[in-house]
Amino acid sequence: MKQLLTGSAIALALTASGAFAEDISACLVTKTDTNPFFVKMKEGASAQAEALGIKLNTYAGKLDGDVETQIAAVESCIAGGAKGILITPSDSRALAPVVTQAREAGVLVIALDTPFEPTDTADATFATDNFLAGELIGQWAAAKMGDTSQAKIALLDLNPSEVSVDYLRNNGFLQGFGVDIKDPKDIGDEDDARIVGNDVTNGNEEGGRTAMENLLQKDSGVNVVYTINEPAAAGAYEALKSMGLESQALIVSVDGGCPGVQNVKDGVIGATSMQFPLLMASKGIEAIKAYADTGEKPMNSEGLDFFNTGVELVTDQPVEGIPSITSEEALGKCWG
Amino acid sequence: MSDTTPAKKGQDFEHVLDKSDRSVASFETSQRNIIERLQSALHGNPTLVPVIVLAAAVAVFGLVAGGKFFSAFNLTLIMQQVSIIGILAAAQSLIILTAGIDLSVAAIMVLMAVIAGNLAVYNGVPAPIALIVAFVGGTVAGLINGFLVTKVKLPPFISTLGTWSIFFALNLWLSGAQSIRSQDIDANAPLLKFFGQTIEMGGARITYGSILMVLVFAVLWYMLNKTAWGRHVYAVGDDKEAAELAGIRTDRTLLSVYALSGFVCAIAAWASIGRVGSISPQAFYEGNLQSITAVVIGGISLFGGRGSILGALFGALIVGVFQSGLRLAGVDVLWQVFAIGWLIIIAVAIDQWIRKASA
Repeated sequence: MKQLLTGSAIALALTASGAFAEDISACLVTKTDTNPFFVKMKEGASAQAEALGIKLNTYAGKLDGDVETQIAAVESCIAGGAKGILITPSDSRALAPVVTQAREAGVLVIALDTPFEPTDTADATFATDNFLAGELIGQWAAAKMGDTSQAKIALLDLNPSEVSVDYLRNNGFLQGFGVDIKDPKDIGDEDDARIVGNDVTNGNEEGGRTAMENLLQKDSGVNVVYTINEPAAAGAYEALKSMGLESQALIVSVDGGCPGVQNVKDGVIGATSMQFPLLMASKGIEAIKAYADTGEKPMNSEGLDFFNTGVELVTDQPVEGIPSITSEEALGKCWG
Repeated sequence: MSDTTPAKKGQDFEHVLDKSDRSVASFETSQRNIIERLQSALHGNPTLVPVIVLAAAVAVFGLVAGGKFFSAFNLTLIMQQVSIIGILAAAQSLIILTAGIDLSVAAIMVLMAVIAGNLAVYNGVPAPIALIVAFVGGTVAGLINGFLVTKVKLPPFISTLGTWSIFFALNLWLSGAQSIRSQDIDANAPLLKFFGQTIEMGGARITYGSILMVLVFAVLWYMLNKTAWGRHVYAVGDDKEAAELAGIRTDRTLLSVYALSGFVCAIAAWASIGRVGSISPQAFYEGNLQSITAVVIGGISLFGGRGSILGALFGALIVGVFQSGLRLAGVDVLWQVFAIGWLIIIAVAIDQWIRKASA
């Protein structure tokens, strides 16, 4: 609401001063208004929009998976004559029709963070390379261990739906660690004997703890733990600690939220792949500005079907050959 | 009553009724009665079903999943894993016994955990005071539900559907959707994690949280079965108007039930910090439904006034045993969810069948 008000205030100010930029407006539609990841995204978009003189309206679903609110938001944006829409789709498929409608109306649509299925539903996608994010922590864990033949791997995933971010990170990690991943879109089809098992966490501490306990039940010798995000990693650590096993296992994760980076600093998480929500949004606003000025649409990164906004490995135990930053440096870049 | 009305004279077709089985009202002692006797035994003691199911499930999974399942370590782990949902199920049972339902139990719990954590970890409030604030807060949250039900006369489902969203939103606002880290709690307010401590005996690892769950059930069982207040709760749940005519101040009873339920949610909040380690605003989002699942599997009637609160404890344990057993047998997560779904349906079907015993 505050964002909306500032947006309108800026627009009013611009109209009053007779600036030409008044007719460029853009929309940001996020999954929720509360997750720090999206809060950071909104910050990035608002700051860049203000700098470029674009009027920005922001919308958000009530919770992750709230497709209806997002559809209504896109419809409002079309009706409001927005030049471009930045959206993190709550459902990669369900929003396709309304996005197509927007593009037919001449609106530039950019998916942030979560790609559509198929990816070319939107004009462009600005996202983290989640497979690479997983690969980096996999390589780090393997290098840290040295001899990986005795590895016992626990995989703590998101939920039973196996959404893209879930299988990309999970399989990226396994590939980086040196496991044959079989179908890159399937979780749990691997037959490597070093894998103790997969379990789901819902991406929070409680789920992380329970899932870790379950896998320790299968094999108490687990020494490598992959986690979908940092809250799940914190939960996994609690489970290990409660059994006095916290020093036997390397925990790796993905996200780069500030509490997660702090946990790297405290030695709870060995390494995490940091992503950059603020950059996704600010790049997105720049792309809308360029499209409004020249009609040019953004290009994908080479070899990928999206524009890669970058991943950085955060660890205080760097290994040879894998570039990384320390938790101290990362605390200055983290989100949330 | 209507089926015992004598047939009118001159209506030939009803004469065949003379040849029909008239043993309905007699106390038969033939072989068929085993099932009927079971039915009435179960009717007299509704906790028997969950106890039997629990024992059978433990035995079956012990055979299928082997020694790993049947170890002291695993059995106490199950206790640990169900302890939070178990305590929430105790709060839920109180409401369901009055023929209500509370969708806000988990939201109250998470909100109180966030409040206690914010105060103690970030604002330097001494941990005991932060916990007292949480207990008062939980009770007030329960009272709000009770007020909506008794004074505004909203159905419990609607009242708590609304407060569920309200409490969840407040929780996200207060926490900024960000977890409070385990290390920060250790440094500033270790008392919040009191119930995460364990007693180790051989392979068994009993957490204070598991013991707390059993204590909560024991105290509530005593209150419901051995005090006048408890009888009033059952009476209100069974038939509110009749209870009122019998001189029970039903609104006051209901208010006290909702307040107590909120208080129990705050107990769950304290226990959950110990269990999870950190304070996560996103955890237990489906805790309300999981608590209802435990209550229903525990044989407490959703129509109110029937069932023992201990059933909910067994219900929670049954869910835990099924999940653990299926997991150790290598069954995929989605089939665990599938199995719990069947458990609910079968439990309620059995409940309906038992209810017929009194007809």
